[in-house]
Amino acid sequence: MKKIGAICLNTFREAVKDKVFCNLLFFAILVIGLSVLIGNLAIGEDEQVIQDISLAAMSLFGVLIAVMVGISLVYKEIDRRTIYTVITKPIRRYEFLLGKYLGLLLTLLINVGVMTIALFLVIRLQGYTFNLEILWAIVLIFFELALITAIAILFSTFASPAMSAAFTFCFYLIGHLTQDLLQAGRESQSVMFANMSRWLYYLLPNLDLFNIRGEMVRAIPVSMQYITYSIFYGVLYASALLLLAMLIFQRREFN
Amino acid sequence: MWAIETKALTKTYTQGRIFRKPIVALDHLDLQVAPGEIFGYIGHNGAGKTTTFKLILGLIQPTSGDAWILGESTKRVETRHKIGFLPEQPYFYEYLTATQFLDFYAQLFGMDRSLRKRRIAELLDIVGLSHAVSTALRHFSKGMLQRIGLAQALINDPEVIVLDEPMYGLDPVGRKEVRDLILNLKQQGKTVIFSSHILADVEMICDRVAILSQGRLQRVEKTGGLFEKSQRQYELIVRDLDEHAFSELRKLALEVRRQMEGVVLIIPDEATTEIAQAVIREHHGKLVALTPRTPSLESLFIDEVRGDGLRGDHKTQKKTGTKEKAA
Repeated sequence: MKKIGAICLNTFREAVKDKVFCNLLFFAILVIGLSVLIGNLAIGEDEQVIQDISLAAMSLFGVLIAVMVGISLVYKEIDRRTIYTVITKPIRRYEFLLGKYLGLLLTLLINVGVMTIALFLVIRLQGYTFNLEILWAIVLIFFELALITAIAILFSTFASPAMSAAFTFCFYLIGHLTQDLLQAGRESQSVMFANMSRWLYYLLPNLDLFNIRGEMVRAIPVSMQYITYSIFYGVLYASALLLLAMLIFQRREFN
Repeated sequence: MWAIETKALTKTYTQGRIFRKPIVALDHLDLQVAPGEIFGYIGHNGAGKTTTFKLILGLIQPTSGDAWILGESTKRVETRHKIGFLPEQPYFYEYLTATQFLDFYAQLFGMDRSLRKRRIAELLDIVGLSHAVSTALRHFSKGMLQRIGLAQALINDPEVIVLDEPMYGLDPVGRKEVRDLILNLKQQGKTVIFSSHILADVEMICDRVAILSQGRLQRVEKTGGLFEKSQRQYELIVRDLDEHAFSELRKLALEVRRQMEGVVLIIPDEATTEIAQAVIREHHGKLVALTPRTPSLESLFIDEVRGDGLRGDHKTQKKTGTKEKAA
């Protein structure tokens, strides 16, 4: 654990000094701040609009950070050959990869935390009370980011950053469409398409599970069972992806 | 028990996507490095030096063969507790300070905080970076980076140290510091294997040296052994030679040059030198000088790499190696 902790902390140090991370975080906070202006246009619903925009910014910029930083972390280690001095120490490759992943999760946790504080301040400054239920939407945003990070790490073990970014964004987009895909299959006349859509639905991540932003903002109740299931799904899917990443990384040669 | 041992260690790559052509980077390497030895590993670019190190350290997997460090298989992660490694032209985490950098590597060995603190201070002192403990690596000069790289290789007080081009990019003072450090490690009973293109450094500090060419081990020599009598060449300067004597001597010599002082002949060994002297006497030539010539590591290396190496078979050399140069 000590070794994984060391890799995790080092990854966190590297990520927070990454210009991409800093810039994206700055823009996310800027959007949360500017949501007040747009909120003012929606008379009577400004609180909801602020929360809607802020949560969407949290999710979008979180995804951008997860992808942009996630795809480059392992690649950079290989490209700059810093990995030569790490892998040759008594550390197993899966420990290295797990450390990198946890380091990035820590970075995302800080990122989500900072954005939550920004949202809290914006709502308080507007004279409203911060609805604690919103935090459940943020928790699920974090677990969605954890899953996307696992996708980014998986691709970065064998593909270039550009390819990894393209693949991860594709997964992100498809992940938000799997529910529609399943529905289309059900309504289709073709048995083959129906079967294929069902298989793809189970195979690809269902990222819509993590989106309860609308419900939380409009105070529509979401059961604890649903939230727990979504978290469990996220952890399980991310673990499977990491396992696959570890298997690929184990066989990788550092020429 | 050898400090480093490889048996038929082989690495083959394939080139091309459709017609996959095999490229042998390392070909059945049998190598033994004794404990407490400074072992030089030399070869031209692409000879297989770095490939050997990567195989020993588990960065790449061998196509066939095995390697051991102090009797333990290099496939075991635990074996790496005994190894220190500095890669060629290393790049380090530039956002870390010297202390943070070494602390990171110390943690990878599971060292506790007090031991880490003590070892880091000790190492920074050894590599002469005590003044830069809080300086970020991005502000380090090339020489300082090489020294902090050496410090990370020694963080676990390893028994076997593998250094890939440790003198790379260093000025003469920096090179001397690295040489002194390696000699100091030997005094502590450590085994050091290092590759270098600077043959003078290798010759100066190594107990033995291995020459690698095109993935094959050409020879392993004691650096003292380079000067053994059996491998000694002789330089003869002769005057007043008639053409017949000259053509006879040409057959015996490795190299023939005409200079102001006479004809210079490089004769491969003592026995041939005696034959040459007899030829000179017979044709009333005048032997001006006879000097034993010890081949330098550089000349040995160049000969090996050219493929006309000094393998105790001067007949082979004569066939391929006799050159005549006009002064």
